[in-house]
Amino acid sequence: MEMPQPNPAILSRKAELVSRLQEVMPHDAVISDPSETRVYECDALTAYRCAPLAAVLPSSTQEVSDVLRICHEMGVPVVPRGSGTSLAGGALPTADSVIIGVARLNEVIETDYENRFIRVQTGRTNLSVTGAVEEQGFFYAPDPSSQLACAIAGNIAMNSGGAHCLKYGVTTNNLMGVTMVLMDGTITEIGGAYLDAEGLDLLGLICGSEGQLGVVTEATLRILRKPEGARPVLIGFDSNEVAGACVSDIIKAGVLPVAIEFMDRPCIRATEAFAHAGYPDCEALLIVEVEGSEAEIDEQLEIILEIARRHDPVELRESKSADESAKIWLGRKSAFGAMGQINDYMCLDGTIPVSQLPHVLKRIGEMSKEYGLGVGNVFHAGDGNMHPLILFDANKPGDLELCEAFGADILKLCVEVGGCLTGEHGVGIEKRDLMVHQYAPDDLDIQMAVKDVFDPKWLLNPAKVFPLQASDTRREQAA
Amino acid sequence: MLTPKNEAELAKIIAKADTPLRIQGGGTRPIGAPLNCPCLTTTGISGIELYEPGALTLVAKAGTPLAEIETALDAEGQRLAFEPMDHRGLLNTKGTPTIGGVVAANVSGPRRIQAGACRDFLLGVRFVDGQGRIIKNGGRVMKNVTGYDLVKLMAGSFGTLGVLTEVSLKVLPKSRSTGVLLLEGLSDEQAVKALSRALGSPYEITGAAHLQKGVDGDPVTMIRLEGFENSVAYRAAKLQEVLSEFGKFTVENDQNRTTAGWQWVRDVVPFHNRDGDVWRLSVKPSDAPEIVNNFSGVEAIYDWGGGLIWLLVPGNSELAASEIRQAVATKGGHATLVRGGYSVGAFTPLAPAVAGLHRGLRQQFDPKGLFNPGLMGQVA
Repeated sequence: MEMPQPNPAILSRKAELVSRLQEVMPHDAVISDPSETRVYECDALTAYRCAPLAAVLPSSTQEVSDVLRICHEMGVPVVPRGSGTSLAGGALPTADSVIIGVARLNEVIETDYENRFIRVQTGRTNLSVTGAVEEQGFFYAPDPSSQLACAIAGNIAMNSGGAHCLKYGVTTNNLMGVTMVLMDGTITEIGGAYLDAEGLDLLGLICGSEGQLGVVTEATLRILRKPEGARPVLIGFDSNEVAGACVSDIIKAGVLPVAIEFMDRPCIRATEAFAHAGYPDCEALLIVEVEGSEAEIDEQLEIILEIARRHDPVELRESKSADESAKIWLGRKSAFGAMGQINDYMCLDGTIPVSQLPHVLKRIGEMSKEYGLGVGNVFHAGDGNMHPLILFDANKPGDLELCEAFGADILKLCVEVGGCLTGEHGVGIEKRDLMVHQYAPDDLDIQMAVKDVFDPKWLLNPAKVFPLQASDTRREQAA
Repeated sequence: MLTPKNEAELAKIIAKADTPLRIQGGGTRPIGAPLNCPCLTTTGISGIELYEPGALTLVAKAGTPLAEIETALDAEGQRLAFEPMDHRGLLNTKGTPTIGGVVAANVSGPRRIQAGACRDFLLGVRFVDGQGRIIKNGGRVMKNVTGYDLVKLMAGSFGTLGVLTEVSLKVLPKSRSTGVLLLEGLSDEQAVKALSRALGSPYEITGAAHLQKGVDGDPVTMIRLEGFENSVAYRAAKLQEVLSEFGKFTVENDQNRTTAGWQWVRDVVPFHNRDGDVWRLSVKPSDAPEIVNNFSGVEAIYDWGGGLIWLLVPGNSELAASEIRQAVATKGGHATLVRGGYSVGAFTPLAPAVAGLHRGLRQQFDPKGLFNPGLMGQVA
């Protein structure tokens, strides 16, 4: 993975930079010792590492503004970092960059149940947002699987989703307002405790911009009242095609499950060996969950089961209790861990039209043979967001490169059938160079023109999202 | 009137253009001071490109009549869940609403409170920018974080950033039945409290409105439930309990009457053919009654649980504008002049830093300043 050469002029001014940062921050919030900056050398995409010049841990929007102003004046690149759970290298530093970590920005500023929102500092973890409101029976809907650790700042940067977004949408659908600091230190307020912010939809633009337009320090998030209950059903099929058709029929029938999860045979087997969830040994497995009162759940499940029966399932398991529900989810929730027991893996997240599921799964199976690398599929079927897990051995020379090539081929296939490179993980550095397969030069150019507006010097989160070649001229001009 | 027949022809027109253009779809939702420049319409670029009911996706060219899309969806038992309003009655316009117009104005109706706005259902766009380049962003899948989200940016940009040529939308199944809880006589304050209580319950409200003057002139509070029949009945009964302190809500289940009732709210029918400016305020629901109480001689319709206020304001437009904008600015929110004396500007003026970002974006998307000049982005 190519990264821009660090700027020697910046590297040589490290002492000056650190002392200026210490003027506006408590000393313990400025980290510059190489033994300590190493913590920030990578995120969850651990294959790529580079320690930053320094890291800062601001405790207020004003401190973020001060840090950005200083970096802007000195021409120092800045990499905003949530909790570092990005699978796409979204928080990978460059050697001449300053990391702004939001870990100390973790206060709840306001909770308002009457108007159904919460205002938080963005270093707060996703799960602790729900934690702050669940005593009153409320929750924050987007639930990425890293929710115990991941920060709202990163959720906004990547427009994170989760298993339940079929019904509740992703981050952008639940974000009402932000305080965002621009690269030159300007503090902006966009939206608030009301729907549909004024003017152009800057909230929509910021959400998913991978920390390249500004640093979001506070967010107003929509909270919802928890449903009375939820229950899953497990359905096994002897072919991926039939499972795909069943998904499509459920959606057409007018039931809107909160989640439709899909696992294929390699993944089922790995999971069974690891978690012993009692899954059937079949080609494809669906977990469909619905919500409501007991009676409402029964009514919806009856419709789903009737549809499933029309597709000759090899297994039909309806949960009758909380224990049984947990058991049905156990395997799905252990799937990533189970695959990790077998070998190192790379997790992709291309999205495809639901109608293309069988075709894409078949092609992935064929490619797996061609590349000689195993792959398991576990994903959100209702919205076509795939998660192929490619197994490889990080200690075997050449295996990572082979795995990346296989991954790239899968993502190109996703684009070919009408889908996209990434459904919820983001582009980061991982898929940066694949962007040309989804977007024509003009499509990329206008996206980069947006960055020109927010960050004319191209200092924020460098070398992510856009292929280096595509942004060359802009970065040179900005320097 | 420029009416290109396809995207390529449109791109050619824009590439050559050097004077401003008024961009419109069917022209049923004009906003802001009328622009004295040639009109370019997308009505010639029309047709449904793809509809996959099993994937809940529809792709249509921008000029496709909304009615054509609704008919196609209806045949499969599906709908545009964001419930776009028809502006013709309120604005006294004629013509055919297009899907491009709906998207450009981010038009969302009562169900926005639960399902989301038009922008939340927009999966992808194609548009021609101010240099005449054909741009695509997003796609036709439900989850997509590949690159910057210009899809949302284009929704509600009122033709100021580019001319939409194609939109992809997520659609949803129609609900099998509807129940509406009704109560007459509540004050605005009590009504918004009742709506908040309902919206904070687990019973999935898909409409929450209060009208100061219902059909027979008395205040009426309306709460909509949708879904399977038994579920609607169950939730209606539960809600009656939850809301009992506000009075005895009755339940209307007749499908024709419930449909008509919410169309009435959606299209702001009580303000049709009446004198006065019409304002649309987006605010924090609990602030709504107090904001409305600032003004005498106005009439209000509260939608979105109070978060959306439609205000009929007779009299001096400029005085009203400054007072309304002041009241909303104090509390947080924004106010759009939907119908009336446009000398005051249709959109809420923006904080300088945010206005600067607007200006920058317009300069990048439309360097020749062709599209609807002066419409959005005024500085406060």
